[in-house]
Amino acid sequence: MAKSLTTYLDDLRDSRVWRSIFRSGPGQSNLHHALVVQSNVFLHLFSVKARKRVLDFSVTWYLGALTFGSFLVLVITGVLLMLYYHPSVPLAYTDMKDLQFVVSSGVFLRNLHRWSAHAMVLLVFAHMFKVFYRGAYRPPREFNWVIGVVLLLITLFLSYTGYLLPWDQLAFWAVTVGSNIASAVPVFGRHIRFLMLGGNLVNANALLRFYVLHCMILPLTAIFFIAIHFWRIRKDGGLYAGAPTTVAEKEGER
Amino acid sequence: MSDPKDFTAGFDSNARKAPVRVAFITRRTSPQVKVADEDQVMTHPGVFFRVAVAVELLTIALVALALAWDAPLEGLADPMHTPNPAKAPWYFLGLQELLHYFPPVVAGVLIPTLVVIGLIVIPYFNINIQAESLWARDGARRLRIVAVVALALCVFLAVFDVWVALVPTVVIAAFMFVAARSSAQSASRMRRWLYSKTLSFWIMTWFLAEAAVLTAIGTFFRGPGWSWVWPWRS
Repeated sequence: MAKSLTTYLDDLRDSRVWRSIFRSGPGQSNLHHALVVQSNVFLHLFSVKARKRVLDFSVTWYLGALTFGSFLVLVITGVLLMLYYHPSVPLAYTDMKDLQFVVSSGVFLRNLHRWSAHAMVLLVFAHMFKVFYRGAYRPPREFNWVIGVVLLLITLFLSYTGYLLPWDQLAFWAVTVGSNIASAVPVFGRHIRFLMLGGNLVNANALLRFYVLHCMILPLTAIFFIAIHFWRIRKDGGLYAGAPTTVAEKEGER
Repeated sequence: MSDPKDFTAGFDSNARKAPVRVAFITRRTSPQVKVADEDQVMTHPGVFFRVAVAVELLTIALVALALAWDAPLEGLADPMHTPNPAKAPWYFLGLQELLHYFPPVVAGVLIPTLVVIGLIVIPYFNINIQAESLWARDGARRLRIVAVVALALCVFLAVFDVWVALVPTVVIAAFMFVAARSSAQSASRMRRWLYSKTLSFWIMTWFLAEAAVLTAIGTFFRGPGWSWVWPWRS
């Protein structure tokens, strides 16, 4: 008698190799479901259970999850774009032209990265305002709100550094405008701009600096703070589900 | 010990003679005390499945967008040829619009710094943790303060010719006035809703309105020399 696919999957999950990797076997009990989360280094950032109410679309609009989703899309498309990119003048620009005319689906790849970046900035702002208007920042979640503000700034810097990389007129002058604002800082303004650009003007040094920031330093910092952001949800008592249901209200439902 | 036990707390009550159990529920009650048993779901698969579906839908939307519209690419960067106007990325255009009115140290440094500090300290203000309406106590006095602050803000913006930022300020102030003139018993649902809002709600909504208006104007309504243009006429 032929076995069903589920049986094969259960056999696989029951195998010695699977168990040695994932530390949890097959089974549909709550204990098994809990172990999947608890015994995984990434998933154990999250709590094992969640209040049913927070799953309603109206509570969060899933904005945090969607922001993270756009970040994942950006990491994947970004790594692929790195394969076709040289952070030097004028190769950076000719690489854009190569994406357009030589690389298979090159235009699509760049489009997806660009629109996802705009989407992520929008989603981060939307997430912040949603959290604010629901009052989900209030104690004990105040520090997670602060981490959220840090992540907002990282997102803006990520988008801004990425803006220069195509090395076209749009990129060059947008970053020039931004770096001029940085030089308005009292006393240290010019030093800050010099540090930022590796010179007094946007040039090849600036491109290299922005490339390193955009592809290494800022993504790693973002991942670091995202991990804390997720973990703090669990430590602060799960997602905020709105005003707590009192015992009296609960009794009234029955 | 035949007399009924006295369950009121007092300084002279002797715990050995008349055992009393008193729970002091403070105003900032922890949710754990209040909440009844809530229905829960297992994170795996309940939450993960829904999140995966949400992320997949987003990815589909982004892929559709990427197939339909091409990302902009202009000519090779040329330091000798300044486009007019030179614009920052859209999320900085609100600030660039402010640069038009204020010196760079104010619009480019002071305001963004204050905004970031303001955002960070929001949760550390524990005043009004129960989200009580702004007008619940001292309504008339608070309305006077709001009116003075709004007026001062409007005069300040008018002195610097920041008419585009004046409009949202006036609109929000008008809504606050309507809210102050409403009550929890108002006939209209809209007015009851407006009345229930807190001070922090009004400040954040004002900030959101200003940010949205300034960004939209910087993006769509500014042309050569940062002059006003109508996007549908270009």
